[in-house]
Amino acid sequence: MTLTTDKTADATTEHASAETIHALAAGLEGERHEPVRLAAHGLHLAYDKRTVVHGVDLEVPPGAVTVIVGANGCGKSTLLRGLGRILKPAGGHVELDGRDIARQRPRDVARLLGLLPQQPLAPEGITVADLVARGRHPHQGAFRRHGAGDAEAVAQALALTDTHELAGRRVEELSGGQRQRVWVAMMLAQDPRIMLLDEPTTYLDIAHQVDVLDLLTELNRTRGTTVVMVLHELALAARYADHLVVMHEGRLFRAGPPAEVLDADCVREAFGLEARVVPDPVTGSPLVVPVGRHQRRA
Amino acid sequence: MTAVDTAPPTAAPDDAAARLAAARSGLRVDRRRRRVRTSVVTSVLAVVAVALVVTALMLGDFPLAFRQVVDVLTGGGDDIARLVVVEFRGPRLVLAVLVGVALGVSGALFQSVLANPLASPDIIGVSQGASAAAVAALLLGGLTGLALSASALAGGLAVGLFLYAVAWRGGLAGHRFVLSGIGVAYACASVIGYVLTRSDVQEAQAALLWMTGSVAQADWPLVRLLGSTLAVLLPLVALVARPLQVLLLGDQQARALGLRPELVRAVVLGLGIALACAATAAAGPVAFVAFTAAPVARRLVGDGGLALVPSALVGLVLVLGADVVAQHVLPADMGVPVGVVTGAIGGPYLIWLMATLRARPA
Ligand SMILES: Nc1ncnc2c1ncn2[C@@H]1O[C@H](COP(=O)(O)OP(=O)(O)OP(=O)(O)O)[C@@H](O)[C@H]1O
Ligand SMILES: [Mg+2]
Repeated sequence: MTLTTDKTADATTEHASAETIHALAAGLEGERHEPVRLAAHGLHLAYDKRTVVHGVDLEVPPGAVTVIVGANGCGKSTLLRGLGRILKPAGGHVELDGRDIARQRPRDVARLLGLLPQQPLAPEGITVADLVARGRHPHQGAFRRHGAGDAEAVAQALALTDTHELAGRRVEELSGGQRQRVWVAMMLAQDPRIMLLDEPTTYLDIAHQVDVLDLLTELNRTRGTTVVMVLHELALAARYADHLVVMHEGRLFRAGPPAEVLDADCVREAFGLEARVVPDPVTGSPLVVPVGRHQRRA
Repeated sequence: MTAVDTAPPTAAPDDAAARLAAARSGLRVDRRRRRVRTSVVTSVLAVVAVALVVTALMLGDFPLAFRQVVDVLTGGGDDIARLVVVEFRGPRLVLAVLVGVALGVSGALFQSVLANPLASPDIIGVSQGASAAAVAALLLGGLTGLALSASALAGGLAVGLFLYAVAWRGGLAGHRFVLSGIGVAYACASVIGYVLTRSDVQEAQAALLWMTGSVAQADWPLVRLLGSTLAVLLPLVALVARPLQVLLLGDQQARALGLRPELVRAVVLGLGIALACAATAAAGPVAFVAFTAAPVARRLVGDGGLALVPSALVGLVLVLGADVVAQHVLPADMGVPVGVVTGAIGGPYLIWLMATLRARPA
């Protein structure tokens, strides 16, 4: 038996088929990107005086999907903020396209690199259309207003994220999952070559989680977009990552292809969890099965 | 399951096209709806403003007919009517208009950039700083006229800079700015009280009048000065409007979208302070206009935008309307300054705002 979503169970949302996504992604403005390099060298990040990320060296593989995993509070979001120059390094530096990111013009950086925070804010009363359109900001000047190209990019972003029916709705009136997809749409509208996403699948039902991850993979495959995202679901992380980064207490614990990185030792060290790692029945990628304290088979 | 299994597979390109079409039309509809609402609100406010202007010009010791006012405004009219409109009522009217616009825009800038409805120059001490400086200049230094206005300007700017320095911790903390501002407002009030009690009753009376905010003292040079200040400041406001809109998404998002949040915030606050100080220097601290104009305008427009133009118009309507009421509705011998009326509107307004605020999910 195969696992298919029962479409009759979800009358309000029709998931886009793989072909639809492919057709939409292929029609996106512009052609395939040249991958852009992003790397952290000896990166220390701190809040006030408290250092949270300690000397991380990370070469993000250009044109690949990198997934960062790790326990709560281990510094994943902080690292992402550092990579996205939201947070100034307390030591070391980040290079984008071979040059120190801090020395580049913010607008130029924003065309190459986008970041979706873990808990983004929407101004009260704003509509989905208006919010997603703000993703176009780096492509507009003080005098160049919202043009036809911008409108088309926004329409495509909505269509790709299953939010095309929501354009006129107020963001605050959406469900958590709908809102999350709107944020992903905003990132698509920004159309950067490197997308940094902090837990883009929170709040999403299992089908929409897979949808968003499939969409990002599709963008990666058809357009060469580099994707770096934080995920908590290890099974999905192992499936979708070309490159898996495991963080532990503010340091890079392990990095590499999921099959090499993810084993029982790694899960024990990084998460403090006893687990068995078995091959995923669908993809063969490592599947972490927690042992837990009370549910052992007799 | 059988229903799904037997359903024909969707032709992907068709589905893609249909989705795109739905998205495009959704965007168009949303854009049109927001535009229509904004322009309806703006036009209604503009009509009210024009009606108030004409009313203000008609009323007074020498009443003019509607026709006469319109004639003068369109470049005609008899000499007497022109004298009344241009020399007697003109300066006061235009000053009220300019002060209303400046305060409305200033409040809108403050409240949006600090993401706090309490963040308005008349709450967080900028207006009070201007008053304290002006009162001290008037009573201790004997300054009047433009020198008095200049001291008010300096006082307000000093408070703004002080708050910036206090609230800066490697970035501006909005709540710290607002809370220290409220503290500064009280400190300024006590400075004012001290200076007032030390001076004689006559002088104190003049200072008190200035402090309630009044446009009665208007003359053309003063109006021209404020007018040219606004002519410089308002275009700058228009320039920062777009970055400010992105900043409303929060610092992280704004930075991710290629903005320098601290720079934008500094420029916006600078403009807000300058506008509030300019208005206060010209007319004294007209209470509650900066505080009320933007929330009212924003609620009318209701799309989460900045609503700068509607805020300016609401400010204008408030000040001008309050001045008309102060001059012509209240008994003539009271000589109530405009600030008393706006203050009397502002208090109940705040209560209404709190009572009707939509419940927001946590
Ligand atoms: N804005 C902040 N100010 C001060 N400390 C912070 C801030 N954000 C995070 N921290 C601290 O930094 C550490 C790392 O936080 P971070 O958000 O990077 O963790 P994370 O790995 O993303 O966790 P989660 O899985 O829960 O999202 C934590 O100890 C947290 O308390
Ligand atoms: Mg996090």
